[in-house]
Amino acid sequence: MNIHEYQAKEILKKYGAPVSNGVVINSLSEIKSKINSLKGQTFVLKAQIHAGGRGKAGGVKLIKNLKELNAEAKTMLGKTLVTHQTTKEGKKVEKLYIEEASEILKEYYLSCLVDRATSKIAFISCTQGGVDIENVAAKNPEKIITTRTNLNNGIDEATIEKVLKPFNLNSEQKKDGKKLINALYKVLIEKDASLIEINPLIITKNQKILCLDAKMNFDDNALYRQPEILKLRDFNEEEPAEIEASKYDLAYIKLSGSIGCMVNGAGLAMATMDIIKLYGQEPANFLDVGGGASKEKVSAAFKLILSDKNVKGILINIFGGIMRCDVLAQGVVDAAKETKINVPLVVRLAGTNFKEGKLILDKSGLDILSAEDLNDAAKKIVKAIK
Amino acid sequence: MSILVNKNTKVICQGFTGTHGTFHSEQSLKYGTKLVGGVTPKKGGQKHLGLPVFNSVSDAKEATSADATMIYVPPKFAADAIIEAIDSQITLIVCITEGIPIIDMLKVKSALKKSKSRLIGPNCPGIITPEECKIGIMPGNIHKKGSVGIVSRSGTLTYEAVAQTSANGMGQSTCIGIGGDPVNGTNFIDCLELFLKDEETKSIVMIGEIGGTAEEEASEFIKKSKIKKPMVGFVAGLTAPPGKRMGHAGAIISGGKGGANDKIELMKSAGITISKSPADIGKTLSEKLKA
Repeated sequence: MNIHEYQAKEILKKYGAPVSNGVVINSLSEIKSKINSLKGQTFVLKAQIHAGGRGKAGGVKLIKNLKELNAEAKTMLGKTLVTHQTTKEGKKVEKLYIEEASEILKEYYLSCLVDRATSKIAFISCTQGGVDIENVAAKNPEKIITTRTNLNNGIDEATIEKVLKPFNLNSEQKKDGKKLINALYKVLIEKDASLIEINPLIITKNQKILCLDAKMNFDDNALYRQPEILKLRDFNEEEPAEIEASKYDLAYIKLSGSIGCMVNGAGLAMATMDIIKLYGQEPANFLDVGGGASKEKVSAAFKLILSDKNVKGILINIFGGIMRCDVLAQGVVDAAKETKINVPLVVRLAGTNFKEGKLILDKSGLDILSAEDLNDAAKKIVKAIK
Repeated sequence: MSILVNKNTKVICQGFTGTHGTFHSEQSLKYGTKLVGGVTPKKGGQKHLGLPVFNSVSDAKEATSADATMIYVPPKFAADAIIEAIDSQITLIVCITEGIPIIDMLKVKSALKKSKSRLIGPNCPGIITPEECKIGIMPGNIHKKGSVGIVSRSGTLTYEAVAQTSANGMGQSTCIGIGGDPVNGTNFIDCLELFLKDEETKSIVMIGEIGGTAEEEASEFIKKSKIKKPMVGFVAGLTAPPGKRMGHAGAIISGGKGGANDKIELMKSAGITISKSPADIGKTLSEKLKA
């Protein structure tokens, strides 16, 4: 799960990290009352969307007075931002963050994450901040400094020193730097974050260290024990179809092709998408129905797939292990009758009770193309939509 | 021979009396697995499926001298279940449970490092040595005793490879699903090392997917290995977009890393023949063996 910059900064502040003061607004009318709590005359206005690259897309503006603030906020609120991290359609701006402006002397990069290769907690420090870190990693990998540490009750001084070393901080900055590293480590463990990224981490002209931007991702598997984090979920930032899917315990991701897929198991679902591509077509979605497939679940899956107007045909690929193919087949028949399916449907069944499953499909009187194996299934669906 | 499990492996089940534990224990018993009992706290002393139930793994180990455990407890309690098995010095721990928080897995990993236990999973189908021992949720009947060692990050996609190598008559020595989580126990390299040393394993199928760098590391290992065996590979997720988690917690292309093409190129450079289609894994292997 992702959260907004302003939410991430609130968490960081609670944990003692150096963050500027700011307020979030949902409408223009809130500006007047909220702006009083901020100091100074200059502000930064930032569009709150779950994607990076906002600056280039016009989602970050330096503001010199209240009049400018009102004008810029009016332009930005409700605008659709397209950045390199959004889809082509972009994301609509529903919230703005107004922050006290800082004069930047230096820009660094700092992140904290779970390093899967070593099963440790890793900090990444880089003296090139404010830019796309992936580009730095590709062009100047020597500038990316990774410090790993074990999961413990705290983080030791030596590790903190290592993380901060590339930034060459003076003793005053180092104090705040240490607070920041401790905050990141604690948030990762106590809040089940999987990635916290501060880009840029800046040194201001008054020699202060400050988190200018913050991004946090959380481990979906741990949300059950993080009610406070779960409250920060912003449904506006998610695909409506993906929200619907999660209600039925389906893993669904919309793609841009024309063949809808329904598969059991994530690996097989990806492989099914891949074989469609091998036969010259594109998948319309990733959809893993998981281990069980009741009529309700298959029905919901059909509806999701068909809600995408690009879908010209559906391929169901089931390798029954725990899932019995006859139960699945009955679910498909019932759901197909209920959800009028007006596109070709190819079904491939293998594994537990596949013969019984096929029989149910054959007897159903529905126009279902039965496939022998995965190759046959891909061939048939590609041919059927031509 | 086979690797890790065989007809003599004594197995217990954690989460024995629950729905999943019961169903899959029954399936394992039917397959001929030497299941010797199970663990469910506060139900010790009872009988379930005709086998003794124990309050703790240490009680079960003491009474049955079990070598292996299969874990079907819910994600909230799964990490503690694994650690309990490690503390009781169970040699092989197979955790089927999906959805364990990653921070919990870091704790498990540090406990594993200090122990002699091996963990397979979590979020995996398990391990099977055909016609001898089935620990996990895979359908037993698609397997056939034979010479192909199969290791995979995916569940149902493994079944695909199994079915194909059964259909072409080769069969399997042992099949291991290492699971779809970013932090897991046994990795590709551990399994490949065992398969390369196992005399009965004549060839190896390795099935990867997008996310992480496990396939890359395995390719480096294969390049350096002195023992060579014919290998076929497949990587799922060529069509997956970056930044989207494809079902498995570990299957995500992030930070420009973990894409299928890079993995495929490295596997090829290590001498692994890549099956472009998931439907041709068996065919690719039998053609490679004939060549």
